[in-house]
Amino acid sequence: MGSKNFGARVTRFEDVALVSGKGQYVDDIHIAGTLHAAFLRSPHGHARIRSIDTSAAMRCEGVHAVLTAADLPERMRKQRMPLLLPNATMATLRTQHSLAVDEVCYVGQALAIVVADSRYLAEDALAAIEVDYEVLAAVSDVRAALADGAPRAHADLDSNVVSQFVMNYGDVEAAFASAPHVFREELWQHRGGGMAMETRGVLAQTNVTTDSLTLWSSTQTPHIARRMLAEVLDVDLESIRIIAPDVGGGFGPKAIFYPEDAVVAHASRALGRPVKFIEDRREHFLCATQERDQYWNVEIAVDNDGNILGVRGDMLHDTGAFVPWGIIMPYIAGATMPGPYVVPAYHLACTVAFTNKVATTPVRGAGRPQAVFAMERLMDRVAHELRLDPADLRRRNYIRPEQMPYSVGLIFRDGKPLIYDSGDYPRGHDAALKLAGYADFPARQAAAKANGRFIGIGVASYVEGTGLGPFEGVTVRILPDGRVRVTSGATSQGQGTRTTLAQIVADRVGCRIEDVAVTIGDTAGIANGVGAFASRLAVNAGSSASIAGDHVRVSILKLASRALGLPESEIDLEDGKAIGRGGNRPTISFGELSRAAQGMPGFSMDADHPVGLEHTAYFTPTQASYCSGTHVVEVEVDVGTGAIKILNYSVAHDCGNVINPMIVDGQVQGGVAHGIGNALLEWMQYDENAQPLTTTFADYLLPMATDVPICAIAHVETPSPLNPIGVKGAGEGGTIPAAAAIIAATENALSSFGVRFTETPLMPDRIVQALQRAGAYGKHVA
Amino acid sequence: MTTTHSISVNINGKTYTRDVEARMTLADFVRHEIGLTGTHLGCEHGVCGACTVLIDGRSARSCLTFAVQMNGRSLTTVEGLSVAGGLNPLQQAFQEHHGLQCGFCTSGILMSLTELLSDNPDPTEQEVRETLTGHLCRCTGYAGPVRAALATAEHLKSIKGAA
Repeated sequence: MGSKNFGARVTRFEDVALVSGKGQYVDDIHIAGTLHAAFLRSPHGHARIRSIDTSAAMRCEGVHAVLTAADLPERMRKQRMPLLLPNATMATLRTQHSLAVDEVCYVGQALAIVVADSRYLAEDALAAIEVDYEVLAAVSDVRAALADGAPRAHADLDSNVVSQFVMNYGDVEAAFASAPHVFREELWQHRGGGMAMETRGVLAQTNVTTDSLTLWSSTQTPHIARRMLAEVLDVDLESIRIIAPDVGGGFGPKAIFYPEDAVVAHASRALGRPVKFIEDRREHFLCATQERDQYWNVEIAVDNDGNILGVRGDMLHDTGAFVPWGIIMPYIAGATMPGPYVVPAYHLACTVAFTNKVATTPVRGAGRPQAVFAMERLMDRVAHELRLDPADLRRRNYIRPEQMPYSVGLIFRDGKPLIYDSGDYPRGHDAALKLAGYADFPARQAAAKANGRFIGIGVASYVEGTGLGPFEGVTVRILPDGRVRVTSGATSQGQGTRTTLAQIVADRVGCRIEDVAVTIGDTAGIANGVGAFASRLAVNAGSSASIAGDHVRVSILKLASRALGLPESEIDLEDGKAIGRGGNRPTISFGELSRAAQGMPGFSMDADHPVGLEHTAYFTPTQASYCSGTHVVEVEVDVGTGAIKILNYSVAHDCGNVINPMIVDGQVQGGVAHGIGNALLEWMQYDENAQPLTTTFADYLLPMATDVPICAIAHVETPSPLNPIGVKGAGEGGTIPAAAAIIAATENALSSFGVRFTETPLMPDRIVQALQRAGAYGKHVA
Repeated sequence: MTTTHSISVNINGKTYTRDVEARMTLADFVRHEIGLTGTHLGCEHGVCGACTVLIDGRSARSCLTFAVQMNGRSLTTVEGLSVAGGLNPLQQAFQEHHGLQCGFCTSGILMSLTELLSDNPDPTEQEVRETLTGHLCRCTGYAGPVRAALATAEHLKSIKGAA
């Protein structure tokens, strides 16, 4: 068995259609007779609904239906949306109704759906719906949510606290009591969005004849969405088919099953017509889930050499008005903080609280960027206070490769002990420093300073639990024409999943990669599936592809041995053919073998004759596999304007064995761009009434081509022992330490002014204000 | 009742005559009336650039343009880029240099780069990046699109040099 494709820079199958305008995103799918939906949304952060009058809207041109909660079937009306991740911790895990009943708890919460001949007409009718609101006090800032007498995010709840839990190990009290140095930081990371360029979308087509329902959805998780939709509609799971066609970016928010999805599906069933809803960008800002928004108050105890003795503190997580993804994300954050370092004792008290904002659920990084920001800001503080080089400080605290597997002492989000399976953090660290020219930086900095320029360098490292279970299945089937069909519950929102699965399968069965056809993101393709989140598909689906491919290979060899009259050990599988090694190299094609595996009508097969050349594998990882990396960033700060320019960005990244370096580099580069946005640009702002203030791309800034340099990337490959292909996730690592490294670099550039930064996004005005407070303009700038 | 207007517009070399409402955007017209869905809508407020098309050879946001403004005009969309059923050099470079991931913003980027390379066959990296500031891409971090654009310019120069 060769590895012609695994590890190779294979260009993507997906691209030819996508660069030709022939992609099929949800809104590109046209079915005759489709009606179009628009949603009426709350303009208030918190209000009681006294009444809704839809009668005028019903009379508008082209309107087929106007539905409020009162018009929904009893189950949808009375029960809230299903909770994806129930949790044993004491928690108020409230989800929202499909359409608001009595109360709205964030701006944008849907109250009614209009279904009309066109989106234009549907929006016309929205304006004719009359709602009588009693505006209630809203809670916007999660810190204020905890104050005595704070307004309640939900009128019927006694408290805004969703959950409180502690993550700890070791004797943290003793560590701090005897520590020669203790440093404290108060840190905040903003709230931002996934901001996939394609907004959410769903097209529901009911089929009256077969009593079934097909949904095309921009979801990351079609199988989960099917399960939840079946529950909401109270119908047979297998009467629903969900297809994620081409999906224009995910980044987390598309892993959620949204109320609109259920309401559109219901509308299609009720009207007997296809119904399409395409979220507009403003709605995406209002209603698609967001992330970050955590306040950390943490301290670190170190000895005189900077060795970590303990870390402790508390963290406050703003979950918004609802908790559709449970409290997993703050939990991940707590488990991520110790990171690549030996932290002998740790205690983090986490509080999750409601506000009247849209819910937070994982966005690329999922709690980890906040935790890494907290840990790395503490490390930089230690380096500053003890006058140590920040890179040296990190190096002396790293877990050593010989300590792997390393048990941190916590329980991770998958319920398993937090055990790092593999990794060589010092090696990654050194690789990143080398790429960055770290050793020469002081000379560069001095030269720049002599020219009146302020450049700085920052380092940040992380460990990320990836490849979470429960499973992802893959079927590999040899078709009668010799082509290889691969189906999986895996999905793609741009990661090139089809190409990477084809690379794996082609090698395992011994065929040309161009003869592999991959179908993903369709619940009809495979019985069970999970989907894309937690950087899990390379590990889960990749492993299943490898295992299924190996099984099919065994069957091929068995049949080829009979057909060619040779022992299996004398047969090679290459380019879709079984070839005898000796003599005149007798050959039989996979197509012929596939047909042989179908038998002859009416004739019995031998007992061990393979029936159909196919196999389905469901790889189930025993625990997360832990990828890691170090980022080194060099920035220049314009002290006059507060503008930051990223000069160099270096990444050492360990995702185990690399299946396709081109795709992994693309994931890293894109992840870094997202991290640059988090660090410097993206800030979803709300006023004191929880009214969103940044609802266009002119107000909420995404990184542009002039903001993101091309990263220098080194792959450090320590294969995971936990799966057959030795891979770890690669989709989020680019984002996770970026803000920590960029803020450190900025601080380093301005070290002569003694300014420190503890928040993101670090916008130019904040830099100028900090410099003003430091007296910089009096001292250094005319 | 809404009033419609008859327009005649050349799209990718073919003339279409349709009755449209005054408020219909060019993007919706191209996508839903003509069925050319390669032009995508990412923000509908003129920032993201996914909907960029060429009107008489100049880039424009089809989300901020009304279909009625196109009467008698000539339009190129991403579907008009392919040559003889295959990819043109820019499209090929996007595949070769991993210039796209999800592909949603790509159509608009291809249109702006087509205009850039037509105006300036030998752009610097900075010029490519400035052109790309008319577009938001959440997936690639822009490295792939920049490399693809520069590689295309090199390729076109080498063809021209050989001719």
